[in-house]
Amino acid sequence: MNESNASLSAGPDAGTRAALANDVEAWEKTEVAGFLAKAPERAKRFETYGGFPLKRSYTALDLDETRLDDIGLPGRYPFTRGPYPTMYRGRFWTMRQIAGFGTAEDTNQRFKYLIEQGQTGLSTDFDMPTLMGYDSDHPMSEGEVGREGVAIDTLADMELLFDGIDLEKISVSMTINPSAWILLAMYVALARMRGYDLDKLSGTIQADILKEYQAQKEWAFPVAPSVRIVRDSITWCARNMKRYNPINISGYHISEAGGSPLDEVAFTMCNLIAYVEEVTKTGMHVDEFAPRLAFFYVCQADFFEEIAKFRAVRRVYAKIMRERFGAKNPESMRLRFHCQTAAASLTKPQYRINVVRTGLQALAAVLGGAQSLHTNGMDEAFAIPTEETMKIALRTQQIVAEESGVASVVDPLGGSYFVESLTTQYERAIFDIVDEVDRNGGTMKLTEEGWFQRRIADFAYDVALKKANGDKPVIGVNRYVEDDEKFEIELHPYDSTTAERQIARLRRVRAGRDRAKVDALMERLVAVAKDERENIMPVTIDLVTAGATMGEIVERLKGLWGTYREQPVF
Amino acid sequence: MDASQDRIRVIIAKVGLDGHDRGVKIVARTLRDAGMDVIYTGLHRTPEEVVDAAIQEDVDVIGVSILSGAHMTVFPRLVELLKAKGADDIRVVGGGVIPDDDLPKLRALGVSEILLQDTPPETIVAAVRRVVAERGAR
Repeated sequence: MNESNASLSAGPDAGTRAALANDVEAWEKTEVAGFLAKAPERAKRFETYGGFPLKRSYTALDLDETRLDDIGLPGRYPFTRGPYPTMYRGRFWTMRQIAGFGTAEDTNQRFKYLIEQGQTGLSTDFDMPTLMGYDSDHPMSEGEVGREGVAIDTLADMELLFDGIDLEKISVSMTINPSAWILLAMYVALARMRGYDLDKLSGTIQADILKEYQAQKEWAFPVAPSVRIVRDSITWCARNMKRYNPINISGYHISEAGGSPLDEVAFTMCNLIAYVEEVTKTGMHVDEFAPRLAFFYVCQADFFEEIAKFRAVRRVYAKIMRERFGAKNPESMRLRFHCQTAAASLTKPQYRINVVRTGLQALAAVLGGAQSLHTNGMDEAFAIPTEETMKIALRTQQIVAEESGVASVVDPLGGSYFVESLTTQYERAIFDIVDEVDRNGGTMKLTEEGWFQRRIADFAYDVALKKANGDKPVIGVNRYVEDDEKFEIELHPYDSTTAERQIARLRRVRAGRDRAKVDALMERLVAVAKDERENIMPVTIDLVTAGATMGEIVERLKGLWGTYREQPVF
Repeated sequence: MDASQDRIRVIIAKVGLDGHDRGVKIVARTLRDAGMDVIYTGLHRTPEEVVDAAIQEDVDVIGVSILSGAHMTVFPRLVELLKAKGADDIRVVGGGVIPDDDLPKLRALGVSEILLQDTPPETIVAAVRRVVAERGAR
């Protein structure tokens, strides 16, 4: 029986193949050899940033190992070419610049400024105490309140953060992990106070705790109870918030912590598998929650590698969801991702050229099919960005969207001999890592053993050595260095009254609430936490509504579950 | 005895809530590969824990990396604690994302050296050796 068209190789048929192979051989012997005799190439070996070897040029022969149906069509399984059939012809990606500093009032003003500038989604950065689940007046919070992001302790802060912003009209992303479910509870409590329909709210919490142990290093509890909280957020949102993404499975931090682009996407697939297994154990079918799983990746500097990476991980996700977890709904198989350009690629020397780095990374993200994008401010190697640098970063996206023309065709690089070949190599390499993790006991076990952490540290060290010896060029750092450069840069100021103002509000909330009610709810929280069959979301919503602080909830559960302390590896 | 002849002992630490540990791990490996004894504390230590560990391990240098902006809180505390415990022969070297304006302030407080983003490995090694040599034998 003939093979159906769909399972055919994307490479040439037998007749064409022989002629083409002859051609390539002849070209290498004549044009290439002749040219090399006169002018050798810049390097003996070319490879991507992630170490994938690169050929001089690619031809139809390089499509042999790619199946036509693996390339497929946009909006159709396996979604290599994009999650939607019309992509940016329908509407552009969401331009979502992250913001957060000081108190809720301070960040609320920045949000309103960004909305005025044409931004179409909000994204919130929290300060370290909020990210780690400490109240602003905890000793560990000293010096950190409102510094790297906005400080949120109570529902009162959440009300001010979104004051005057219609949450049914704009999607809100909250970059937060171990304490994410408490922020989600505050968001829900705020929505109820304002009388919103929960099914109309769109947005996300990051809530990807596994990559925290592996890469970003924000945690409160040990691995198992932390994953249980993630499970509870996913199942609760599936039943109560139809348009809300309860998790952003994130590669970004894996990359920024020094991991390779391959490990970035492969580790997200390992983490995905762990979460899906936990949720399906509760009896929820994969199609009930998978359509709302969302992802977050970096876009690094190696242009085509990044595009291939995005295309490959969409294909891998589709196959895992259908083949491993038995998803039936195509929406459960289509990977959607937010993208951020690579902060760690930005330099302090000659910092204005960071605009160009970010522009190229943004272009690769769009050619790779991102659903939303944050472009970094050029001053990010110094401090959090100013309004001016955020505006330039946003304008960069607007130029890609509205001037460059690249958004008019869906997956314009589809069919490129090179990009398709690299996409297929990436797909295989991702599955190899997933298999290795499966064979060695799974993601949670290997996370506790530091396997992911070591791989990240190894690649980071390699890259540092390559930067030092010049193998990895960084303009302004190891090439075209200006020794006499003086930095004249306006920095975002840190307001020294932030901590005082924040702590004053926190104390007002504590003084004004019904203590007995909070105490009773805390008892209920502990009972729910002890019973794995229960969901932690409803009692948390009740707690924040009654004026409990984030730090109190986290401390209470640390009393039950303990804390996490890493095995330091370097 | 000439201090530079000894094997230099360094404790590398992350203090506070800041979880950025890419740079600090690279520094730890770099110093180890240069032949120093390196202890890495891991994340989220308090200044007290770091100073106690430094005294217990009899190190020459404490290296602390901060990318969270809390450097003007953390470094003064470290220097103060070392003095209070009579261990100010242990030198403090800082690293991370630190605005230029704060560099002279940190030096005036007694931080021996500050190594910022993208400092090449050989410069890091040389700086630690110099700091120990300048302190002299003990």
